Amino acid sequence: MKRIILRKDSYYDSVFLMLISTEVKKMEGVTEAVVAMGTEMNLELIGDMGMGGSELDAAGPNDLIIALKAEKKAILDEAESAVEELLSKKAQQGSDAAYRHTSTAAALEALPESNLVVVSVPGEHAPREVRKALRADKHVMLFSDNVSLEEEIKLKALARERGLLLMGPDCGTAIINGKPICFANVVNTGGIGVVSASGTGLQEVTSLISRMGGGISQGIGTGGRDLKSEKVGGSTTLMAIEALAKDPETVAIAVVSKPPAASVAEKVVAALGKAGKPAVVHLIGMEKRPTRGNLHYAGNLEETARMAVSLAAGKPCRTQVFDADEKEIEAILERETNAIGSRQKYLRGYFTGGTLTDEAVFVLNETLGGIYSFDPADPAFKLSDPHVSRKHTIVDLGEDVFTVGRPHPMIDPSTRTDRMKQEIDDGEIALVMIDCVIGYGSHPDPAGAVAPAIRAMKSAAEKRGAYLTVVASITGTDGDFQNFAAQKRTLEEAGAVVMPSNYQAAELAKHIMIRLNSR
Amino acid sequence: MKTDRISALFGQDLNVINIGLENFAENLAKLGTPVTQVEWKPPAGGNRKMVGLFARLDEAEATGKVDRDTANQEAVTRILKGKPTLIGIGIAKDVVPGMHKKLIMHAGPPIKWKDMAGPLRGAVIGGLIYEGLAKTPAEAEKLAASGEITFDPCHHHNSVGPMAGVTTASMPVWIMENTTYGNRAYCTLNEGLGKVLRYGANSEEVIERLRWMEKELAPILKKALELHGPLDMKNLIAQVLQMGDEGHNRNRAGTSLLIRELAPYLVMLDEEKEKLAGVFRFMHENDHFFLNLTMPAAKCTVDAAAGIEGSSLIYTMARNGTEFGIRLAGMPDRWFTGPASEVDGLYLPGYSADDAARDIGDSVITETSGIGGFAMAAAPAIVKFVGGTPQDALNFTRRMYEITLTENDTYQIPAMDFRGTPTGIDVVKVVETGVLPAINTGIAHKDPGVGMVGAGLVKPPEKAFQDAFEAYVEKYAG
Repeated sequence: MKRIILRKDSYYDSVFLMLISTEVKKMEGVTEAVVAMGTEMNLELIGDMGMGGSELDAAGPNDLIIALKAEKKAILDEAESAVEELLSKKAQQGSDAAYRHTSTAAALEALPESNLVVVSVPGEHAPREVRKALRADKHVMLFSDNVSLEEEIKLKALARERGLLLMGPDCGTAIINGKPICFANVVNTGGIGVVSASGTGLQEVTSLISRMGGGISQGIGTGGRDLKSEKVGGSTTLMAIEALAKDPETVAIAVVSKPPAASVAEKVVAALGKAGKPAVVHLIGMEKRPTRGNLHYAGNLEETARMAVSLAAGKPCRTQVFDADEKEIEAILERETNAIGSRQKYLRGYFTGGTLTDEAVFVLNETLGGIYSFDPADPAFKLSDPHVSRKHTIVDLGEDVFTVGRPHPMIDPSTRTDRMKQEIDDGEIALVMIDCVIGYGSHPDPAGAVAPAIRAMKSAAEKRGAYLTVVASITGTDGDFQNFAAQKRTLEEAGAVVMPSNYQAAELAKHIMIRLNSR
Repeated sequence: MKTDRISALFGQDLNVINIGLENFAENLAKLGTPVTQVEWKPPAGGNRKMVGLFARLDEAEATGKVDRDTANQEAVTRILKGKPTLIGIGIAKDVVPGMHKKLIMHAGPPIKWKDMAGPLRGAVIGGLIYEGLAKTPAEAEKLAASGEITFDPCHHHNSVGPMAGVTTASMPVWIMENTTYGNRAYCTLNEGLGKVLRYGANSEEVIERLRWMEKELAPILKKALELHGPLDMKNLIAQVLQMGDEGHNRNRAGTSLLIRELAPYLVMLDEEKEKLAGVFRFMHENDHFFLNLTMPAAKCTVDAAAGIEGSSLIYTMARNGTEFGIRLAGMPDRWFTGPASEVDGLYLPGYSADDAARDIGDSVITETSGIGGFAMAAAPAIVKFVGGTPQDALNFTRRMYEITLTENDTYQIPAMDFRGTPTGIDVVKVVETGVLPAINTGIAHKDPGVGMVGAGLVKPPEKAFQDAFEAYVEKYAG
């Protein structure tokens, strides 16, 4: 059964009509469908298909032809109304019309006004993209890890040559002009410029400065190898120090790094001396050195923040360890140790921040006579299986070995909670330490995610007739969307003692362990 | 140490390009910082071999072994400076270099008779009959297989041909000259739609029409053109892009303009009214008449870039129905090929994808020169090919800027604030982004002798580009 409709003087674009023919032909029961203008060629084609008829004798190139073939009249009706609908269909705004560049080069060309390029693609591919950005005279934050040392050296030489800031590789955090980049916290704006080789180190220091009432001018991440490797030679750090020295907003400069190569350390000290502004240096895992001129040394991340705030304000610095007074600390020690049983001997740290891990290990190592970890200074304390804790163990669950095929634990807290649950029946644990890093990039509720695991470990201990003490600290501020105060409440409700900094948490843990050992 | 730029950064509002984790861009956007997310993919889709080649190329560029940027700059400068001008009509054997009675030129990269697809075979048969070398299709097939006939790409003779591209000694051809560089290009006259030689049709009416074109159409147009004088094709193409053509799948404006240009001279000719009317009608009834002018115009424009050492610009793309092939400016005589693709298209009444031949024709020279699919945003009337809305067409063109070296200074797109069309395809960018050139095309029936069945879009085979890139790296990055 066929139906031929001729509509005089109805012009439609031929491509538009082909689309309609295709659509209608797809309908169930429709065996043939032609919607076309009555050009000579189309008429011939329709004739060849056996769809012609006397209706078309009068057809001309400006006339619309609808020719349908189907088994039943009902289907023909349906097809005809479908054609009508498609012909009159109003153009819709393309739903996926928003355009996105697929290449760095095109984006750079299209956006000459851009000034910072953030790169977080896999490390093997990242240098290519960084090079393009540097050649286009953009500053770069290179978040990616697994960038080879050779590449880093080359990229930093290029950045230096062009006078551009290259943060990273493996740079998780920066605060530029008050804007948090990647993993960073909402902090006060102020006069302290921070340069840090470590992401969580920068987060901890800038958050503490902000919570102490100070403010940040710039927070510059350099990547872990910037000072450590003689070949990189502190390239980013030195450029950052020089720029901060010139920056009118910056009153004091703080530098945080793992111990640098000796020759690099000299250059940094010289640069800070030349800068002329008060400066604080903290070399993670090293005892502090005496003050020299404008250059001060801090022994931990918190002290770095405290000294920077004092120097910026021109006031003397507090020297006591804890915020709380002695009596309060004594009360906590008493409360937390009195129910711990004699079988409970060991400390376990489940961390998500690398530098926070290092700081805890550094504070506790001597007291505990060695701590097992993934990458200890003393190889005798290397965990033979990083997935299994032994005796005193502090693990950074952000290490590559734990994140294969899953996100970093600051994003996906299950890596940590799984590990805690795995050790829930270990009756020898006396104390658990955790960090809790909030801010942009982090999980929306890290305290809420770890709280059930804290409760579970504590109640398992209780069932064994024991008591487990949990010491925590939070890296972040009340400006962060997870909110420092709310996170603190959550952890306290789960039974954790929340200390004002990672350093104070480690100190409290140390005091607790000393108390237990002295019983 | 230079740190002034860092000091400048400290004083500015941030404006960020984010490559990688989208979350970082979202956070900045929430804070009101302008941020642009790049839809990044690993180069060549993470293909190990290609990634290795990129590393070698980077190294060679860093050490100054090859200066690709300078070479490519030179290549696109030549393309932009080119001035295609229509200077006349001649008979192929008189004007096309190397043309002779036993030579059949065809579209695309080189191919043997036995490997030819339906439409090309059909057109070869028709061409042999038209030249009087065979009387029947059977005879023509025998002759074609005998080895007596030479088959050679149009591109090897400064020519281009749409679809099958079959060009024989007696056929009239447009003569196009790039007046800046003095090189020429040739192309047959468009035969119209339906059953035509370029789609592989070879029946009597097809041959008849070709004879009429040779004996009547071409001589009349030639005379009119002589009266008119050289016709500035660059100017005409710039105009048609502002009149809704993209210069490949839509040539309605171009054909109309050509008629306007020639009409005053045609009517001055001492010819019978009927014959003149026949010429006018033929052009009027065939929207694609202008295509055979844009093609040689594009050809003589891009050919000026051939042979620039170190250039990774693609100066030829062409298909023969079996294979798709490209050539690079830096290694101009080498073809890199992959299997011809299926066309994603819309079909004329009565036909479907089952009837379609694979991608065929030299008309992709238009895209090679920065129009055609690359100028899709200029042709809202045919946006149905690319998703349906003018916005889709804009995005379609925008994507081509990712793989091209420059923006055209003459060919502009009104809907994009007169931005120049994406021009000068870089094989390195194609392989790196995995964005393949967007090609508009007609669709031939897979059997010889039937003709056109639809039109649509085609994605060329990635292999051709990857092979070319590899050879480029081998040659220039050692």
